[in-house]
Amino acid sequence: MSLLHLAIVLPFLSAVFIPFLFKGLRNIHTGWFVLLVPLALFIYFIQYMPLTRDGQTVTRTLEWIPSLGINFIAHVDGLGLLFAMLITGIGALVVLYSIYYLAKEKEALHNFYVYLLMFMGAMLGVVLSDNLIVLYMFWEFTSISSFLLIGYWYDRERSRYGAQKSMLITVFGGLSMLGGIVLLYIMGGTFSIQELIGMSSGFMTDPLFVPALLLILLGAFTKSAQFPFHIWLPDAMEAPTPVSAYLHSATMVKAGIYLVARMSPVFAESELWLWLVAGFGIFTLFWGSFNAVKQTDLKAILAFSTISQLGLIMSLLGLGAAALHFDQLDDNVYMIATIAAVFHLINHATFKGSLFMMAGIVDHETGTRDIRKLGGLVNLMPITFTIAIIGCFSMAGLPPFNGFLSKEMFLTGMISVFELDIFNLSTWGVLFPVLAWIASVFTFVYSIKLVFKTFLGKPQFEKLPKKPHEAPVGMLISPLILVALVIVFGFFPNLLSNSMIKPAVESILPSLVDAGQTVKVDIYFWHGFTPELFMTIGIILTGIVLYSTLAKWESIYNRIPHRFTLNGLYDGGLSRSETGGYRLTNGVMTGFMRTYLVYIFSFFTAILLSTLLITDGFSIDTSNLAEIRSYEVILGLVLVSAAVTILFAKSRLTSIISLGAVGYSVALFFVLFRAPDLALTQLVIETVSVALFLLCFYHLPEISRKEERMKFRLGNAVLSITVGLTMTLIAISSFSSRSFESISQYHIDNVYELAAGGNMVNVILVDFRGFDTLFEICVLGIASFGIYAMVRFRGVGRENE
Amino acid sequence: MLDIVVSISLVAVVLSMIGIVYRVIKGPTTPDRVIALDSLGIGLISVIGLISILMRTSVFLEVILLLGILAFIGTVAFSKYLEKGEIIQRDRDK
Repeated sequence: MSLLHLAIVLPFLSAVFIPFLFKGLRNIHTGWFVLLVPLALFIYFIQYMPLTRDGQTVTRTLEWIPSLGINFIAHVDGLGLLFAMLITGIGALVVLYSIYYLAKEKEALHNFYVYLLMFMGAMLGVVLSDNLIVLYMFWEFTSISSFLLIGYWYDRERSRYGAQKSMLITVFGGLSMLGGIVLLYIMGGTFSIQELIGMSSGFMTDPLFVPALLLILLGAFTKSAQFPFHIWLPDAMEAPTPVSAYLHSATMVKAGIYLVARMSPVFAESELWLWLVAGFGIFTLFWGSFNAVKQTDLKAILAFSTISQLGLIMSLLGLGAAALHFDQLDDNVYMIATIAAVFHLINHATFKGSLFMMAGIVDHETGTRDIRKLGGLVNLMPITFTIAIIGCFSMAGLPPFNGFLSKEMFLTGMISVFELDIFNLSTWGVLFPVLAWIASVFTFVYSIKLVFKTFLGKPQFEKLPKKPHEAPVGMLISPLILVALVIVFGFFPNLLSNSMIKPAVESILPSLVDAGQTVKVDIYFWHGFTPELFMTIGIILTGIVLYSTLAKWESIYNRIPHRFTLNGLYDGGLSRSETGGYRLTNGVMTGFMRTYLVYIFSFFTAILLSTLLITDGFSIDTSNLAEIRSYEVILGLVLVSAAVTILFAKSRLTSIISLGAVGYSVALFFVLFRAPDLALTQLVIETVSVALFLLCFYHLPEISRKEERMKFRLGNAVLSITVGLTMTLIAISSFSSRSFESISQYHIDNVYELAAGGNMVNVILVDFRGFDTLFEICVLGIASFGIYAMVRFRGVGRENE
Repeated sequence: MLDIVVSISLVAVVLSMIGIVYRVIKGPTTPDRVIALDSLGIGLISVIGLISILMRTSVFLEVILLLGILAFIGTVAFSKYLEKGEIIQRDRDK
């Protein structure tokens, strides 16, 4: 176990101690101890930066289940390290923020920090695992810990609803992903991502390639809240705000982005991949930003904004795959999409984390997150306002913040679609820049709305549950650090370019690096009068117009009835599947034994008859038949008439006596077929069981002793005739196709020689096959004990009920 | 010769048993049926005896003895039931 493995599982290990620290040291906020973990990890991961900058990677293997090819392989490259630093860095800030956000007296902090550390470790595992099964394990850990964190205030109904919804959707995706992983293993014979990348060129023609691609993408889309699986994210806002900031803006929702980026080298040569990733991404971008405008809750706006920004990154990753088709170019312009994706990934984590913390502060200090009640907070909360305006302007893509740079690069990437002439992009590709532009306008509108409605305008403090005031310093530290990064990355983007972005892009597009291309990351504020600059100006102008006329067109959102929204579909689908399942069970499980017998017998005859038909197994062979004697015919007639009497008798007593007659006839058959021991036993047993039947009959209540013929039911008659026919056919065919001699000659020869007996049946029972007899005795013993217990202890348990 | 005689006797016994079965079904009282069942058992004994002769074997003699005992026990049990309303009396001393 190397230090790297220890670093990945450190959050899990330290989570064990959290409850003890919480119970033992009540005076100190538990978060202070937790803070050490992400800090230490962040410092540890910084050490890898020089390595990845030079294009090196670090791989450490810990054997787990080597016989199945499942080993805990930790692999650090540019992409993994970028994510690991996001996770630990923002993790540290979020823990710091949560120390001031959650009161140590009122909250169950031990639960909170255990879940949070579990999540952190799981996320690190996802981004640093090279083995797909281990990745999947950590992936499900993130789903479970996210479920626990969303339902942290489990006494609230909305929290439980949100937790269940996110669990159902992400686990659905996770399981699909597992299916994709298994298909990849079948294709490549390994679970290691690096090895799969090495052999990816042969996968394109594999019939399993498309299913594997779809399943992996399903996993990534559900986790990253892509349309139409985005619906869980707004409901996950019931979690405490630090959780929303950490999981639902910076880390967990980017696990799907990570997966797409990581698997790009395997799948990205395919047309399907480019269209699906880019298409779903761009539509999610549009849909999320369109819906964010109508929200009135601060966190709901941020949730839809997260969805939309994740769509943006996803579409860039999809278009970035186009670069792979031009690897002969020296200056590959299509690479800019991937660079923009990585850059925006970092930017989004910084400004969205700070915005969520800002929303938490507003909630904490005013008691509400509803923008209809808020307003005019700028004078009371100047620092929070500064955080909000920087975060929102960066989100809207305004200079001089980092959002502007990545949005420009995004637009450049989208415009580059015009120059692509692969995969029909020249015809339908025009949708990409158009949708991107419209979505950016909406992004601008909701970003402005978020700041202006909260902090500017008329103060209406009488509506607020608390008297608003500025947040404590501790709560402001984390968002201030994040907005400081927003500004620093805005002014000096090239701090990131060589240290973080370049290695990450190289690990997303390794085949280009192998082909000798260098990734050139140069980010400038000013690139001259390019189309994207005019697009940005257009966005700002249209956005201002739309925002000022918001009241006039806002009503279009109410046009769609709830039933036809995706949430309505989800709720309806869930309740319909519930009632459907209930109805199905109710219909099938009637509680009547006769219904179940009908199922059993129908299935039984159906499979037997169909097997007989399909295999053409029926055969009849008369060469081996014995001659028929007259007694047997007479006795057979007696037996049949007794059996028929059972069915058609008017009284039960007649049926019992007829049953006895059947038994005695069988005993006579035993006599005729020379089986004296069987005849003896049959006679005694038949007598005893008829006596027992009479006993039961005698104890029937008067009312059910009514003399009544059994009702005729056509279905039952048909079924019973079919069963009889089936068994007859099978008996005839099995008799006719006897393939070898019986082994009874051995018994005949050896009954005296080896076992010293004259009665062959008895010798077989107690000598040749005595083992069966032992357990038949056992069965009889159990039956007699059971009868004794039922008679002796009847009614005992009822008193307690 | 012996076989023909035995076969004729077998037919005669079976015919008599069919007559007894008529009595079992018809009744009219329960004691009639009990007596008829008892004689049906005896008829069965003679059938098995005749079949043993036809088969030239002695292994079915035990079956004959057993049937004799069963028929006796059955008839006694039925009679006791008709007389007292139950077959195995409870211990009244408890």
